[in-house]
Amino acid sequence: MSVEYSVPSAPSVGSSGFAPSTPSAPSIEFEAVSFAYPDGTQALVDVSLRIGPGESVAIVGQNGSGKSTLARHLNGLLRPTSGRVLLNGLDVREVHVARLAERVGLAFQNPDRQLFAGRVSAEMAFGPKNLGVRGAALDERVSWALDAVGLSAEAASNPYDLGYSRRKLLALASVLAMRTPVLVLDEPTTGQDARGVARVKAVVAAAGGEGSTVLAISHDMRFVAECFGRVVVMGAGRVVLDGTPEVVFAEDAWPALRATYLEPPLPAVAGARLGLGATPTEAAFVAALGRASAKSL
Amino acid sequence: MAIELSAVRYRYAGASKAALGSVDLRVEPGRVLGIVGPNESGKSTLCLVAGGLAPRVIGGRLEGSVRIDGADTAAMRSHELAQRCGLLFQNAAAQLSGTTGTVFEEVAFGPCNLGLAVADVIERVWWALRTVGVEDLAPRHPARLSGGQAQLVALASVLALRPQYLILDEPTSELDPAGTALVADALARVARETGAGILLVEHKTDVLARIADEVVVLAEGSVALQGTAAAVLADPRLAELGVEPPARVRLEREVRASGLEWPAALAEAIE
Repeated sequence: MSVEYSVPSAPSVGSSGFAPSTPSAPSIEFEAVSFAYPDGTQALVDVSLRIGPGESVAIVGQNGSGKSTLARHLNGLLRPTSGRVLLNGLDVREVHVARLAERVGLAFQNPDRQLFAGRVSAEMAFGPKNLGVRGAALDERVSWALDAVGLSAEAASNPYDLGYSRRKLLALASVLAMRTPVLVLDEPTTGQDARGVARVKAVVAAAGGEGSTVLAISHDMRFVAECFGRVVVMGAGRVVLDGTPEVVFAEDAWPALRATYLEPPLPAVAGARLGLGATPTEAAFVAALGRASAKSL
Repeated sequence: MAIELSAVRYRYAGASKAALGSVDLRVEPGRVLGIVGPNESGKSTLCLVAGGLAPRVIGGRLEGSVRIDGADTAAMRSHELAQRCGLLFQNAAAQLSGTTGTVFEEVAFGPCNLGLAVADVIERVWWALRTVGVEDLAPRHPARLSGGQAQLVALASVLALRPQYLILDEPTSELDPAGTALVADALARVARETGAGILLVEHKTDVLARIADEVVVLAEGSVALQGTAAAVLADPRLAELGVEPPARVRLEREVRASGLEWPAALAEAIE
């Protein structure tokens, strides 16, 4: 009943001879990071977080809890007021933004802050071109990334002739085309219908399968529970919970979750009501219910 | 009294295909009409047409009629239309004026332009901010808000106009679950207490299950399903149309699909 998409295997990186060989996924470390915006808004307070190479991590939290601010520290858009952000042990403050762009791709929450070209294909080519990719290798990347989000037919369109949901998928594709070993996705499923969410899920799974680190900010607890091995919950600029979906959505974590205005996904609530243990996803709930009824027979 | 779309067909300027095929629907005072449908099914176009912006502002070709309280929108003046119909666009951050220095001024911008007395403007601004739970953002700079906060402020700006009809294109898309629940309850209350008629485009069918009176499913520019919220949201054709059913409906379906009983103990526990 639900739609499944697969993402074609990625083109090899560096086949043009121009592209820098893409580094493997770095470890990411936030060391006691605090950040205040110029108007005094304290967005991050003493955040310490270690994300290993190839981990898939969802960052959740209420509006204004610092999630997007955290993401923007990873590609050098923002620099900590105090503390350090390290990529492979290297302080990002000492890394040129252009070097960071080879490693960390960020898809914005609002695609209209990201898209600027008059043609989808030009929009897509911009990032890889700036990494030195040219010719057939460039074409290959562009068509691969468009295919991954289901926009192959729109290469010649103007991005602003696409509806919001497809502009958002385009923004995602343009980041995928950079082939960065770290992908940061800010609210990738908002505005997407069931098929669009399935596309995003396929992209996340494929990136993880290739050993990329995926960090996604999301309010979509179902997406989070189904696609990520680790969930970091933020509240008022701090990390309040950090663990697997089973741990973060387990009944004993609900008070902390609700204190940050989040609700556990419905299957988790249903599982707890029936005493089935931690069942963060529909599949986990159905399996646990099946085991329980087999036992009672 | 209602916004009434009769046999509406609309094609964007320069487009070869109509974005809306044949749509009939009514937005009645005090009621919430939910609109769902897959991406590019015509939901946002419907908002522009129902609010009278298409073709008035953006061109294109409209057939059929759009009437607000009996008056044809094609014959109405822009300011009359603006006073009756408040629109919230999908990209809410783009709706903020960019000319104000605080959230308070931003929300006051509309009521000031209605020529209200200053005391009335102030009252409306606080009412609107309170309704969506963002009074504490009043002194903040509108450009320095998170995505979800900007969306709430944009919604407050529309509410402060106190229009007879609200046309809202995914007003909760950037909100956390608590923000979503807060906006859903606020909209239900606004409909009930002020008698506003609300057309609500929403991918989150859980929100519609909670507050919509009726739901229309759009597919390829036409009405595919229409009826009471409870009936439409439990309709098995919903998923085939590319719409995610509410979590409760989905979970029960998954359980039954595995040949298991839907536990009676759950029926009321997770309503």
